[in-house]
Amino acid sequence: MTSAPRPAATLPRALPADAAVAVDHLVKIYKTVPAVDGISFQIARGSTTGLLGGNGAGKTTTIAMIMGLVLPTAGRVSIFGLPMPAERARVLARMNFESPYVDMPMRLTVRQNLTVFGRLYGVANLKERIAQLASDLDLGDFLDRASGKLSAGQKTRVALAKALINEPDLLLLDEPTASLDPDAADWIRSHLEAYRHRRAATILLASHNMAEVERLCDRVIIMKRGRIADDDTPDGILARYNRANLEEVFLDVARGRSRTETP
Amino acid sequence: MSDDRALNDYTLNDRTWGISLARINAMVLRYGYLLKSSWPRLLELVYWPALQLITWGFLQTYIADNAGFFARAGGAFLGAVILWDILFRGQLGFSISFLEEMWARNVGNLMMSPLKPIEFLLALMVMSVIRLAIGVVPMTLMALAFFDFNLYAIGLPLIAFFCNLIFTSWAMGILVSGLVLRHGLGAESLAWTLMFLLLPLTCVYYPVAVLPDWLQLAAWALPPTYVFEGMRALLADGVFRADLMVQALALNAVYFVAACLAFFALLNSARRHGALIQSGE
Repeated sequence: MTSAPRPAATLPRALPADAAVAVDHLVKIYKTVPAVDGISFQIARGSTTGLLGGNGAGKTTTIAMIMGLVLPTAGRVSIFGLPMPAERARVLARMNFESPYVDMPMRLTVRQNLTVFGRLYGVANLKERIAQLASDLDLGDFLDRASGKLSAGQKTRVALAKALINEPDLLLLDEPTASLDPDAADWIRSHLEAYRHRRAATILLASHNMAEVERLCDRVIIMKRGRIADDDTPDGILARYNRANLEEVFLDVARGRSRTETP
Repeated sequence: MSDDRALNDYTLNDRTWGISLARINAMVLRYGYLLKSSWPRLLELVYWPALQLITWGFLQTYIADNAGFFARAGGAFLGAVILWDILFRGQLGFSISFLEEMWARNVGNLMMSPLKPIEFLLALMVMSVIRLAIGVVPMTLMALAFFDFNLYAIGLPLIAFFCNLIFTSWAMGILVSGLVLRHGLGAESLAWTLMFLLLPLTCVYYPVAVLPDWLQLAAWALPPTYVFEGMRALLADGVFRADLMVQALALNAVYFVAACLAFFALLNSARRHGALIQSGE
């Protein structure tokens, strides 16, 4: 069995300022178990990058380290050229995230939640911004309903509204369409595409949905057991593995089949 | 590795120390929305203090008729009940506001926002005072109406008592919050139980002299002991012991700083162990 190639990128000691995100030899070890094992990559500004991998591949830990929720065992993260978490106060106002692993207070109405987060992010003209989001994401019917009483699709739209409240330059999304029906998921993807183009925002997306990644991402990083198993454009990866879609590539990587073993 | 650790250490390298009142206000608003939306939460704030007061108030009435000290120091017992409630409810108000974030799985959202941990703590302190006021002000009015005990007649010393007690309650609340952040909701019972460790030691209902000598040393290491001794001196002998209040304040400063350092150390530990993306039991 031949393992898939690992990118040989070694970043200089000073992380590049022109990248939206630069990750340098990042390691996370929980007790004795390496969750992330020395990964390095850079994400260009204005791009959408998909982070793929099976359960336990290290995607969520990687994103959590980029956000500063988890401290690396070793290695560095910089965002817009600023080291995290040392410069978190300057960085966090320019980024936001959505994840199924966090909720918003359920007793607060959607409007109240957006008001609180808008204030935390220092959003100017907050009422107008909430009205704009309600219009863009079709929240009008339940803006004054308790967040805990919404359907899964409505909750995802509200979580996305919270993630966009400060019009972030960097958006981190962990399974943004998990548990949504195909129509709702398609709707969310359309809005993410529109937002990226309108704001020239950078998006890092962790997902198990290969069709979503193919549609949204212009680059794919595949992780396996805490390491980067492959890193290229979706077309480049499909060509190298001689596969018709990323789902087949995902299965190849997950089952340890190398490019040379694929048809 | 040591360079990486230094770069990644959260509290030591957060270079912007400015505090945003707008973000603190946002958090206070968030808890205000929550209280407004939930009458059981509001009722709970008033229910226990009222029950405490009524129970102990009748006991005080009985004892006052039968014991010399309490007859002389009318209200010392009720005063102790109310001041203990300030201490206990102050800590509870702080810790429960924090626990609301854990229960709502909202900690990740907050820690990923520009809200600084110190601003989070300041918002919790504000909420502790607001929740305390909702619970204790009606309690003091009931004491006046039912037992003819006017806490506010204590005057300016009451401010010294209150400040010292609330500082201790915040220190305890900060420590409990840090422990819950690090160890998850399995540690939440500390919010209700830890303060009771102080109940026998801080001599709420009896003088320090009652304790054995070796235990008195432990009692005098705790700021609330000075407050309860000061209250008894004031109500029994009419003497305000400013020296006791100053000593309590000095101890409180030490405990408060220690609690803040412990919180930041526990927060860093939570980040190292990935506890912020689990936030369960």
